[in-house]
Amino acid sequence: MSAATSRARTFMRGLPVSGKIGLVLVLFWFVAAMAGPFVAPYSVSAFVDYDVFSPSSREFWLGSDYLGRDVLSRLLWGARYTIFLGLGAALIACTTGTALALTAAIRGGWVDEALARTMDTMISIPSKILALVLVAAFGSSLTLLLIIASITYIPGNFRISRALAMNVVGLDFVSVARARGESARWIALREILPNMIHPWLADLGLRFVFIVLLLSGLSFLGLGVQPPHADLGSLVRENVSGLAFGAAAIIAPAIAIATLTVGANLLIDALKPVDDKA
Amino acid sequence: MSSAHVEVTSLTIAVRTPGGERAIVDDVSFAIPRGEVLALIGESGSGKTTIALSLLGHTRFGARIAGGTIRVGDTRVDQLDRAGLATLRGRRVTYVAQSAAAAFNPSRPIMSQVIEPLLVHGLATRAEAEARAVDLFRALALPAPEEIGRRYPHQVSGGQLQRLMAAMALITGPELVILDEPTTALDVTTQVDVLRAFKNALAQAGATAIYVSHDLAVVAQMADRIAVLNGGKLIEEGPAAELLARPKSEYARTLFAAARPKGDTASPAPGNVVLAANTLVAGYGKMRDGVPAIPVVNDVSFTLHRGEALGVIGESGSGKSTLARVIAGLLPAASGEVALAGEVLPPALADRSREQLRRVQLVFQNADTALNPAQRVGEILARPLRLFHGLNGAEAEARVAELLDLTQLPRELAGRRSTELSGGQKQRVNLARALAAEPEVLICDEVTSALDTVVGAAILKLIDELRQRLGFATVFISHDISTVRAFCDQVLVLYGGTAVEQADRARFAAGPHHPYTCLLLESVPALERGWLERQPPREAALRDGAEGLCRFLPRCPVAIIGTCDRVAAPLRSREGHAWLCHHEPATLAAQHAEAVG
Repeated sequence: MSAATSRARTFMRGLPVSGKIGLVLVLFWFVAAMAGPFVAPYSVSAFVDYDVFSPSSREFWLGSDYLGRDVLSRLLWGARYTIFLGLGAALIACTTGTALALTAAIRGGWVDEALARTMDTMISIPSKILALVLVAAFGSSLTLLLIIASITYIPGNFRISRALAMNVVGLDFVSVARARGESARWIALREILPNMIHPWLADLGLRFVFIVLLLSGLSFLGLGVQPPHADLGSLVRENVSGLAFGAAAIIAPAIAIATLTVGANLLIDALKPVDDKA
Repeated sequence: MSSAHVEVTSLTIAVRTPGGERAIVDDVSFAIPRGEVLALIGESGSGKTTIALSLLGHTRFGARIAGGTIRVGDTRVDQLDRAGLATLRGRRVTYVAQSAAAAFNPSRPIMSQVIEPLLVHGLATRAEAEARAVDLFRALALPAPEEIGRRYPHQVSGGQLQRLMAAMALITGPELVILDEPTTALDVTTQVDVLRAFKNALAQAGATAIYVSHDLAVVAQMADRIAVLNGGKLIEEGPAAELLARPKSEYARTLFAAARPKGDTASPAPGNVVLAANTLVAGYGKMRDGVPAIPVVNDVSFTLHRGEALGVIGESGSGKSTLARVIAGLLPAASGEVALAGEVLPPALADRSREQLRRVQLVFQNADTALNPAQRVGEILARPLRLFHGLNGAEAEARVAELLDLTQLPRELAGRRSTELSGGQKQRVNLARALAAEPEVLICDEVTSALDTVVGAAILKLIDELRQRLGFATVFISHDISTVRAFCDQVLVLYGGTAVEQADRARFAAGPHHPYTCLLLESVPALERGWLERQPPREAALRDGAEGLCRFLPRCPVAIIGTCDRVAAPLRSREGHAWLCHHEPATLAAQHAEAVG
């Protein structure tokens, strides 16, 4: 335990100011997403205010939305959808992409060729259009959104992971492992993966940001999370008429998306030099 | 001393560390008379390159000149500002780097890069500069001096590129040339020509020079004065002849001893045959009629007895490392077979049993890339123990400690990552991992080429001792013929993937040799002054070879016109000796005697 805390302390010390800001923003939103529903003052779909787009007050910290619901409560719930959908999809995309990339790097030859060409094909399909078509065909659901976001970002992660793995696979310690008769699984997980983990984590973070933006975009178009539930993108959309009044109902979710993605980006950028030092 | 051309007094260069400044060059003084060559010699970390660069007024990032003076002619280099340095560098003081391949821009023709210093300093027009460059190319004995400038860096050989870099350094007629290990990356046979070209060109230009090297024998050829450095301190400095004959310091004597390795000459009692290679053919690319498109190893056979050492030598590109990979199964042989104690091994790794894999272990050349930086030394060593011997937990830990003892490493190292170790320690861990499998055959692929002379000599001695103690056989791959001669019971000379000569220790010591082996032997600089001048230029008798003929033909100084260019070289053999040549032993011996003269 003390080793872990001391490591965390060295990590914090090595982090530049921008990274610390990023870390605080990311942690804030994660805590908000986790604890949100328990601390939310009102139910997510309850009409609690007689006025719409009311300004912030002691009762409603962020005012009310276009139907007189509490914006703070809806924001806390919305963050939950955005963050967990985003994180889930990023993890699925990166795990799948990297598994395929490691297979390609280790097997080489036609396996590599086939995988790389398939990914090239997938990358040539515009992601937003694909999302629109799939939502139109199957109707929007959380599972479908998760699948769309994952599939969209698998090829990008595959390309980066394959390049990273190719750099490592040519090194002598991988040849030593092969000459020792290690399984492909061992070589992938023990010899290659640990040596590409830092740029890989940075990629995971970037994909998370892209996915948050994609999902928010879809929701803003009305194709994402469906009412009465709402993610941050849908919150912006449903309250778009409040823009004229400068209502907190539209500004708050927009700021939420901005701080979450900017925070994640700052944190990712700050991670790199720290790893180089280690 | 004030008459000296270049003078450095109590130079101190310090680097910033978290704990304050630390001197990496500590109170070093020397002086060089005009037109003489001073060699800076020492191991890596001795500060030799740092000192050499300081004469350009340059220190690496994070370091600074903390004290002392540097004078070139009547200029105090340590006091120059940015503009002053810009007029100094590339004009009055120039630099020849270790790797010319990395110093040239691959996307521009050579000529434009060689004349750049003249144009940058506005010293000549393009036409004048080009004329001067061609003169220099001629002085440096480059082939086709008129045309070579039009080529791109990848179109000339490594030795030629190094000479072209020297032309770049000499073109402004500098007062001081700094040569930083300029022949370290070259083959011995190429090194001789490059050294000769450097020496003549420097003498013609009348420039003072600083020659940085770790190779004493090379320094003996090039330098008028020698400065021995260790840990940033000047150990000893003096005229080359005197210092070579009578080194005063203990450290210089250690360095001299390491320069020429001596093995334990006691041959072990020959045991059973443990490894036999039979007409191995291997290469890369598509297979056509059972032969790969790019053959790298061609028809190589040998037998190795228990406890014996086989030395494989050749220049870069001779197929030495490929042979190692074929034996280890990393590159399946196209034809021919490898037998381990009479049992034929499947060519591909995937078909070999774990036990077969255990019995043949390969130690890679470069310990930096052969150890996984994400694992600790203990994990690296424990893995083969678990895989091959089923050892776990405390048993494995105890064995790891034993292995560290065996390779003379402190036991605490088990908890460290390989990135925290020195080059010599890494190579020992690399060796310990191979020993963990308890192999019958240990293949050492250029295990000392990335190490300092003293460290490398210690590793060689360790391998030799362990071989005699543990009784494994070694296949010892090296480009250094003196190492192979000192440590091996059998020698296999590879040229272009073909074994041109194979001999046991006694026969190899006595000669005569294949013309290529002669060339290798004669190219190793002797640790005495004047050796370079005595080397006759070796002109090939015939310039072109053809498929099926002797591969060495285009470079052979003793080719027989009318025979060698018509008929493939026959395999001649006698007790303990075989070679691939038209020459009889008697004529070879005569030619060898003539060459050594």
